[in-house]
Amino acid sequence: MAPLVYFQLVSAGLFAIGVYGVLARRSAVLIVMSIELMLNAVNINLVAAASHLDGSGAFQRFDGQIIAIFVITIAAAEVGLALAIILRMYRNRATANVDEIDLMKW
Amino acid sequence: MSWILFFLLGGLTLGAGLGVVITRNVVHAALFLLVSLVAVAGLYLILFAEFLALVQVLIYSGAIVIVLLFAIMLTRSGEYPRTGDNRQWPLAAVTALALLGVISVAFLAGPTELTAPQSPSFTELGNSLFTIWAIPFEIASLVLLVALIGAIVIARGDREDG
Repeated sequence: MAPLVYFQLVSAGLFAIGVYGVLARRSAVLIVMSIELMLNAVNINLVAAASHLDGSGAFQRFDGQIIAIFVITIAAAEVGLALAIILRMYRNRATANVDEIDLMKW
Repeated sequence: MSWILFFLLGGLTLGAGLGVVITRNVVHAALFLLVSLVAVAGLYLILFAEFLALVQVLIYSGAIVIVLLFAIMLTRSGEYPRTGDNRQWPLAAVTALALLGVISVAFLAGPTELTAPQSPSFTELGNSLFTIWAIPFEIASLVLLVALIGAIVIARGDREDG
């Protein structure tokens, strides 16, 4: 069984990949995908900690899994909203390139 | 055995994640994302989190990737001429690597006293979700409802330009 720190390193790597994607990508859809990678990195971390660490105080040891369920819920809501905003953007400006969405930039 | 699975799935997660941010084809990026998310579900199984693995496959690879593919098709991002990275990509790479360094050091310096991995049964998880976490659970359902209504309102738009 791999120790906790290996899962945490995978999680850190995935999060860094997501950060790179958000910063370097141009297409709004690809940025949303990178955000999904970052949310997944956080979830791996939460589940690994829930599986390896003892609960203390008011917390049970598997509370991390429940928080991960909430993260997945919010991710689903976020993707739905992101799709709506991207569609709206595409209809108004005929582009999904975030570099060209500069209406509010002076 | 567990080690082999871990390295296989971890490598798949990270490799497909890299594919998402490197490939120039948007549809390929969505398929790489699918591979990465399924590999994460495998990691959950190694961690004995069966329920989360199921939820991961259902919600992420079932729903979210499909919605993203919808977004790609509806915006025709696939045939967009300049979907490459923007000019600040070296800076982005440096930032990401620096973040990776900081987080890794923090994790390596973290607590080492650990118990054997184990996982709650579905029953325990459900009990906890509907007792201790009942209020966050209800709020999450409200958030989903508001987000989806908002998505419909935003995507449909006004009568004039709809």
